[in-house]
Amino acid sequence: MTELTGAEIFVRCLKAEDVDLIFGYPGGAVLHIYDALYKQKDISHILTRHEQGAVHAAEGYAKSTGRVGVALVTSGPGATNAVTGIADAYMDSVPLVVFTGQVPTYLIGNDAFQESDSVGITRPIVKHNFLVKDVADLAETVKKAFYIAASGRPGPVVVDLPKDVTAAKAAFKYPKSIRMRSYNPTIKGHPGQIKRAAELILQAERPIIYAGGGVILGGAAKELTEFTRMLGYPITNTLMGLGGYPATDRQSLGMLGMHGTYEANMAMHQADVVIAIGARFDDRVTGNVDKFCPHAKIVHVDVDPASISKTVRVDIPIVGQVKDVLEDLIGIIRESGKKPKAAPLKAWWKQIEEWRGLDCLKYDRGSELIKPQFVLEKLYEITGGDAYVTSDVGQHQMWAAQFYKFDKPNRWINSGGLGTMGVGLPFAIGTQMAHPDEQVVCVTGEASIQMCIQELSTCLQYHLPIKVVTLNNRYMGMVRQWQEFFYQGRYAMSYMDALPDFVKLAEAYGHVGMRIERPGDVEGALREAMAIKDRLVFMDFVTDDTENVYPMIPAGAGQNEMILV
Amino acid sequence: MRHIISILMENESGALSRVAGLFSARGYNIESLTVAPTNDPTLSRMTLVTTGNEQIVEQIVKQLNKLIDVVKLMELNEYRYIEREMMLIKVHAAEAGREEIKRLSDIFRGRIIDVTSEVYTIELTGTGEKLDAFMEAVGERHILEVVRSGAMGIARGDRVLRA
Repeated sequence: MTELTGAEIFVRCLKAEDVDLIFGYPGGAVLHIYDALYKQKDISHILTRHEQGAVHAAEGYAKSTGRVGVALVTSGPGATNAVTGIADAYMDSVPLVVFTGQVPTYLIGNDAFQESDSVGITRPIVKHNFLVKDVADLAETVKKAFYIAASGRPGPVVVDLPKDVTAAKAAFKYPKSIRMRSYNPTIKGHPGQIKRAAELILQAERPIIYAGGGVILGGAAKELTEFTRMLGYPITNTLMGLGGYPATDRQSLGMLGMHGTYEANMAMHQADVVIAIGARFDDRVTGNVDKFCPHAKIVHVDVDPASISKTVRVDIPIVGQVKDVLEDLIGIIRESGKKPKAAPLKAWWKQIEEWRGLDCLKYDRGSELIKPQFVLEKLYEITGGDAYVTSDVGQHQMWAAQFYKFDKPNRWINSGGLGTMGVGLPFAIGTQMAHPDEQVVCVTGEASIQMCIQELSTCLQYHLPIKVVTLNNRYMGMVRQWQEFFYQGRYAMSYMDALPDFVKLAEAYGHVGMRIERPGDVEGALREAMAIKDRLVFMDFVTDDTENVYPMIPAGAGQNEMILV
Repeated sequence: MRHIISILMENESGALSRVAGLFSARGYNIESLTVAPTNDPTLSRMTLVTTGNEQIVEQIVKQLNKLIDVVKLMELNEYRYIEREMMLIKVHAAEAGREEIKRLSDIFRGRIIDVTSEVYTIELTGTGEKLDAFMEAVGERHILEVVRSGAMGIARGDRVLRA
């Protein structure tokens, strides 16, 4: 058998995993790999301007396709720059394999140039990580990395590759499948528990389905929709679960939690049965755990046993893939021939419609200033709800979640768990690379966008026609909102002094820049921007700087204690 | 409540730090941790003693199980089990006290494994409580140095923890 270098084996492994795109940044420790990538054509390498951008772009690719995202960075600073992206992927269970270069094995531990203990640094923020010490182990390690990243509860896996390992030679043999005695994620839910759950679900008088990002990650949107429609129960999606059920459907109550709708939160609070599916009871959802769903029995379906009863005690836990468990639940309920209780359900819906009638997302439409909510409403209208929307973190993120109606999964790409400012533009890069013919919009704020703004250069290099919608209120808006509510308006450091001229900045990077200052110009500008198919358009919407995100549950309060306006 | 968890792990570098890191990152308490390879050279066996209420310990067990290197684990205190810890203790043993220390060591079934004219080094095994009791009996003013292994445990009878 002919022998290949570690770098060549690396490329062969990626091909065997059907990887078509990797995002990265070269450096000394990975030069053998870059040379091997140069000599082939099947895998495209996208050069970002910062390793953080590379990892977020790989996340955007993964979140919008459901496939494993791949990033490649060098040792030392390359690896440490990747850390924020890896942590972000860990919190949102994004399937990701990040390859970090490492100094040659004989220098490890010597404080060598551009050395950092990448395995040690990333240990708390990965699903698993590896240091490959011998080229003979390389192929199997890569196979394991992809398997671990994508199976069970997905997550990031780091593979650290010393430079001499990528130069050393070995025979290439890629394992067809992997068996690990220590890693066997549960797929099928326990039949007894599923049966008990089905009985409880059918007995419910005030039920609600609470569906999270696990539905999207598990590719179970179709099953969730079928399950929900079959029962006729109300459903609320978490921030990460948007698009798991069509937002425009009558049964959808919208998002729940801190900035969720009044009807979703009240229904959770009054429910007698909560059916949690692929959702992890994040504190932004539960508020004060002691006041959470005081009347409800809780069914919890999750692939990760550690997510069950972590913060909230559940009555019927089901560990398994959401898709498989939903199929089983649908089957059992169908076969039983039983129907949900019609009369109480009718009364429940009447109550919910009353809450819904409050129209908790209303805002001042007569203002002479641009209201951020209005921009998102128009964006939704103009894109027909069909765009891939990435967002950064802050007020604009919440408004996007509230006002853009996602009917399909994998269309809403944002940082829910870690809440990482700066992700929006690189997410859009990964998403646009994965879907070259689709409309990709990055909703951001003037503070968030500046955290990875250098990636505008990447967009130019690869001719990405992303539409950047910046809601510019001259403040770190969410910080300002909290300072207004909880610190008597002491706006410490939330004010963005010395903002750049974003139009000129966009133009400097070779893109189209627009500034929009009046409500009457919003729709026209959006239409004009969307019509530009071959260029990135950076839209700087100068919005009302006093606008806050409502409704809101203050931290520590119960779900029935919302501030409405 | 005190919990004693026995863990079989892949014998790989970094496995120990994954466990230790899990505890520090999630704010769990580790009372003691012992680890060594087993008769199967690919496996390490770890005994971990921790304290917490039922809910915390349930999370600890779930999070440990989530670690890719963890092959299997067992909460020993759910079964009948045997627990041992080893202590090497160096005590001042001179003149009138020398006989007394020797007698105490015998009572606790310790073995004196090193002797000088003024010092005994004693090897002692037993539960942590027994080791504590010995130190108390000897008296703080006689103790020069203490090395304890941390607890190890194994289930009684035919119940085994194997990969």
